[in-house]
Amino acid sequence: MSGPAPGGASDAEDRQSLEQWILTTRLADYVAWGRKNSLWPMPMGLACCAIELMAMVAPRYDVARFGAEALRFSPRQADLMIVAGTVTKKMAPAVKRIFDQMPEPKWVISMGACASSGGMFRSYPVVQGVDEIIPVDVYVPGCPPRPEALIEGVMKVQQLVDEGARTARGGTRPERRVPAAGTR
Amino acid sequence: MPLSGTPVRRPGRPGLLELTYLPSILKGMWITLRHMFRRKVTMQYPEERWTLPENYRGLPALVRDEEGRVKCVACFLCEYVCPPKAIHIEAQEIDTGVEKGPRIFDINMLRCIMCGYCEEVCPEQAIFLTKEYTTVGVSREEMIYPKEKLLEMGGVRPDPIKKWGRLTPRPADGGRVDAPAGAGSSVTR
Repeated sequence: MSGPAPGGASDAEDRQSLEQWILTTRLADYVAWGRKNSLWPMPMGLACCAIELMAMVAPRYDVARFGAEALRFSPRQADLMIVAGTVTKKMAPAVKRIFDQMPEPKWVISMGACASSGGMFRSYPVVQGVDEIIPVDVYVPGCPPRPEALIEGVMKVQQLVDEGARTARGGTRPERRVPAAGTR
Repeated sequence: MPLSGTPVRRPGRPGLLELTYLPSILKGMWITLRHMFRRKVTMQYPEERWTLPENYRGLPALVRDEEGRVKCVACFLCEYVCPPKAIHIEAQEIDTGVEKGPRIFDINMLRCIMCGYCEEVCPEQAIFLTKEYTTVGVSREEMIYPKEKLLEMGGVRPDPIKKWGRLTPRPADGGRVDAPAGAGSSVTR
């Protein structure tokens, strides 16, 4: 319908009444909405942080309210990896491999001091931050972080999922940043 | 040797009723139903928050005294005691002429384990653990908190000792510096 309407106000009124009945969205927005509200975490529990990770899923904090309660122990079915705990050099190849087995699109939360930076384990058998082997999207500090902090991290990932879809529509996927070697 | 206790017998073959699984299903449903009328335990996190105990240890932060001075004197004790070596300090002279102060005071929050040793060791009571526990970041650089940010987080804590009043020359009384309490008492005796 084009052409000048006899009254501009009535045209706007028509549109308003139409919008009450028809839900319009772009496909990318719709997909992002679905993705962000059904994140399936892969619990990469390596140390004590995993206890808090379990607490987050348990009824008290109940991450099901954010749609992320379906913890998948198979990386093929997960899209959010939560690295919870100290990543030793012995475990690092397994973590890397499990990340590689997850289908795109995928996100990573690095939970706690050890996973994020090595924490107090400044020593030869510990990877100084899991972001040295896999790209991390959200860092949650704490030793261990409270379940609320991890929920905050999941909410941040949801926000990134939303924004990521917006960027993908423009043709540029947000580039995964490699951390600088000097910032330890 | 006499045996103690009696071994458990294997359960017998299930009856016809049990083979229909109905009793087990109903039993399970009954448990679910009972839980529906119990008190709800879920904390609705972003709206509802836990009441923190008085001595909760969250992220560390620097504080100012009530006159706006940075209380930290860059003594490096916290940097020394920090188990994960999360603190990085570089000192500078400050214009009072008595103490020094931090030029750079960075805390890597990804390293920090909130142990509270820095607060415990600080002779100036300049670093405190706040009750902040839900911070998240999207990059390593973002999680290294500079001095300005730490001071903003810490806010003001009144200084009960009033050290600066004694140490710094005041223009009102002609720049005279009072001897700090305790120092030189053995000389005058």
